[in-house]
Amino acid sequence: MCRLAFWSMSLQCWDDALVSALVGWPPWLEASVQHSSQFWMANMYSKGTKRKFFDSVDAAMDNKAALYSRQRQSLLDMSLIKLQLCHMLVEPNMCRSVLIANTVRHIREEMTHDGSWQLVTEAFGGSGPSDHLVATEVLCRSSALEQQGGGPKLYSVMGYDGCREEEVVTDEALCSVTFSDGAPSLLGTIDHCWDRAELRMAAVENRVIKDSGSEVESGEGAKTVMGQVFGTFEIKNVAPGSDLALEELFSAVDASYYDLDTMLTSIQSTPKMGPYNLLDSMASSHGPTSNSSCRTDLSELDHIMEIIVGS
Amino acid sequence: MEAFSCRCYQFNLLLVMLFVTADIISTVEFNHSGELLATGDKGGRVVIFQQELESKNQPQCRGEYNVYSTFQSHEPEFDYLKSLEIEEKINKIRWLPQKNAAQFLLSTNDKTIKLWKISERDKRPEGYNLKEEDGRYRDPTTVTTLRVPVFQPMDLMVEASPRRVFANAHTYHINSISVNSDCETYLSADDLRINLWNLEITDRSFNIVDIKPVNMEELTEVITAAEFHPNQCNTFVYSSSKGTIRLCDMRASALCDQHSKLFEEPEDPSNRSFFSEIISSISDVKFSHSGRYMMTRDYLSVKIWDLNMESRPVETYQVHEYLRSKLCSLYENDCIFDKFECCWNGNDSVVMTGSYNNFFRMFDRGYRQDVTLEASRESSKPRSVLKPRKVCTGGKRKKDEISVDSLDFNKKILHTAWHPQDNIIAVATTNNLYIFQDKL
Repeated sequence: MCRLAFWSMSLQCWDDALVSALVGWPPWLEASVQHSSQFWMANMYSKGTKRKFFDSVDAAMDNKAALYSRQRQSLLDMSLIKLQLCHMLVEPNMCRSVLIANTVRHIREEMTHDGSWQLVTEAFGGSGPSDHLVATEVLCRSSALEQQGGGPKLYSVMGYDGCREEEVVTDEALCSVTFSDGAPSLLGTIDHCWDRAELRMAAVENRVIKDSGSEVESGEGAKTVMGQVFGTFEIKNVAPGSDLALEELFSAVDASYYDLDTMLTSIQSTPKMGPYNLLDSMASSHGPTSNSSCRTDLSELDHIMEIIVGS
Repeated sequence: MEAFSCRCYQFNLLLVMLFVTADIISTVEFNHSGELLATGDKGGRVVIFQQELESKNQPQCRGEYNVYSTFQSHEPEFDYLKSLEIEEKINKIRWLPQKNAAQFLLSTNDKTIKLWKISERDKRPEGYNLKEEDGRYRDPTTVTTLRVPVFQPMDLMVEASPRRVFANAHTYHINSISVNSDCETYLSADDLRINLWNLEITDRSFNIVDIKPVNMEELTEVITAAEFHPNQCNTFVYSSSKGTIRLCDMRASALCDQHSKLFEEPEDPSNRSFFSEIISSISDVKFSHSGRYMMTRDYLSVKIWDLNMESRPVETYQVHEYLRSKLCSLYENDCIFDKFECCWNGNDSVVMTGSYNNFFRMFDRGYRQDVTLEASRESSKPRSVLKPRKVCTGGKRKKDEISVDSLDFNKKILHTAWHPQDNIIAVATTNNLYIFQDKL
């Protein structure tokens, strides 16, 4: 119980720190982080205290196991938040990031092994916590892309002062920085991102089904998280898919593009909602379409392109 | 060099000097004779202290150091490729062995290493034919005689000038530099690569270790420290975030990705937790002066390894074992990622490292004794002997003991240095530099 009291104090401090740290964050990111935090807090407080008064040996053992798994969950959430926060810092320390990422991987492996990963994914409404955070980074590298077999392209780039050639890993993700000219090539990748976004949703749903007791999937999922963390070390230490990066890249584009960005990201926060609904909300002459399907057809894609390019 | 047989727990350490620095101290290093002590700070400045000549003759005051030179080594820069600022914080300073009247040191920030020459000027030429004393040029028509300029004594001036700049060789943050015993080359290590430089050549370096995976998503281990062997110019070691140390021989191949020896202690299954890997990450590695042993510092302990035995360390010293039950809180407030350094004394009989609450610890290898001391103004009255401190881990707290929950985790001693010959130590708290010597 002393340990729990110690924890609860720490949690309060953590929550306070989190609230202040979240000032100025994009809403979608704030929501996902707070969701993790609330899940964490809820587990630490409510379930722990409820079981305090059980006497039987079995209950005591269950209590221990439950406490362990709650602590493990808290640690997982804390680690994910740290990883996410570190993307917001100017200079994330790579050693620290690697150690946190390994901790996440370790926890996830253990949770997958004992089957509790399934419970976690259900609590997040269909996607695991790391998947949830990952899923919000729709515009960065994705496991879906890798599933397609299309890996990131490698560009050889001259370093500044021309003293050193560096391999710069880029892909068509909008958050990457390339040396090519700005708008046209980046705009051209929107349809790829769109495809990838819906493929990611499909992949996430598949992973939830496969994840129970499957260690292979956890490896993939973990890889995706790591990809988010370490992919950005290559190019730009900016929160993947952050609005800032997008704003910079598309500052020359018509403001209606921002609606596209909001639309893309809000898809991930409400995965059951098809892209069609959000398309409807955009100022367009496009008629209402079916809500039931999550698939976009080409005409929708063309319409989006028109809005962006047509400005 | 006289071998000191004092036992560390019998050291009667006196505070001799206390310097308050403008910025957070980030590295401390004695030169090879111990006459000079260099500190680097977060603002990119290097401050060099010199041992007083008078105190060398008077053994009672041999720990007197005064400011010798101050210069701005690194400035903040901007990486346009990544849109990131490059900090000017000095990560490491290493002295070169002295070859002539001037002193040379290498200082590095995250990206660039610089070779500085520190020289004294105590004479200046006077009596030019074409220039007045104030530097104005004389009208040549007024020159009727010729004279030879002569050197006149002047007030001592210490000049620091950058002689080489080794830039653009590291994609990741440099954590270590180490001068080779051949005095011609040195290595620089970042998170994923180690480069070998010639001190004379700045536009080229050789990559000797590269642990970057093809797919960055598979990255699970980084390099945390590296050092050349003190005697064998072909041997160096590097430590990793997984608690391994690899010894490499540069004669074996150009790229030393294959280690010659791998030092790793098997994990203790009884102590296993989610934090096991994090606390096993090695923050510092230092060869002994003899070259026979090396010391590693991880979060909770200091380990001494015999280079001839890879399976486990020969000695392990617990620095602050009472923190083991607090690892979750320390993970939460990021203290678990603090990188403590460690150092040997001149004859390799005692090792020292820092801890929290401005505590530092010394371990006597021969007598198997250890002591905890505090570097703070309250506990260090000048010229009075430092009192050993004790942390109370549980139960009744005795008088003068400090309980674990009262420790201040913001007051950490990450950097310490030991004079190569004498029992003089330099201990850096956040922005104070303490110099202690033992009372004779």
